[in-house]
Amino acid sequence: MNFDKEFDASGLACPLPIVKTKKALSDMSAGQVLRVVATDPGSVADMAAFAEQTGNQLLEQSTQDKKFVFFLKKA
Amino acid sequence: MATKKMAIIATKGTLDMAYPPLILASTAAALGWDVQVFFTFYGLQLLRKELDGIKISPLANPAMPMPVPMPVFVQILPGMESMATMMMKDKMKKKGVASLEELRSLCLEAEVKFIACQMTVDLFEFQKNEFIDGIEYGGAATFMKFAGETDVCLFI
Repeated sequence: MNFDKEFDASGLACPLPIVKTKKALSDMSAGQVLRVVATDPGSVADMAAFAEQTGNQLLEQSTQDKKFVFFLKKA
Repeated sequence: MATKKMAIIATKGTLDMAYPPLILASTAAALGWDVQVFFTFYGLQLLRKELDGIKISPLANPAMPMPVPMPVFVQILPGMESMATMMMKDKMKKKGVASLEELRSLCLEAEVKFIACQMTVDLFEFQKNEFIDGIEYGGAATFMKFAGETDVCLFI
């Protein structure tokens, strides 16, 4: 999937993947896509909850080599 | 959708209890919530410029996982608290857990409002210059004004 920006949250524990994803989205424009990579297993449920509550759409979530990859479309 | 609001009363000043208010406040702010944290009694330690005084003790804390079981009479020895704190901080760093300083900065950056309880500031004779900049001072009525409008209100 194409994306406009990438944020690597590998090695970070709760709540940093979410808090820093929010920061990474802050200078993006509506409709742009952010790719986030995380290693925190809790980030799978948290990213979905973040997307639901903020309106930023979670386009895709997958697991690659013990890493969790998310594509978020900025609201 | 109206902006959600959360109020937290932070009353504890040990390393383990310093985390929940800062984790929840920074997360709620990232979700777009309007957040205020009211620091009172030992929670005021979280507002000091230097957070080195925030420690954890295995003493009277039987649930704390230890690498080796430690009898209580060993836990009271001088230096045990500093050692436990050092070990805990080291473990946190290895696991990618943010430092208290980092979480606090993230809160301030996200415009979480920090309020120091004036009564306990006076009680412990803290000076305002011991605390970080950008905080407010107030009492119970100040807290209740915001707390009464919140969706989530926690006492930690």
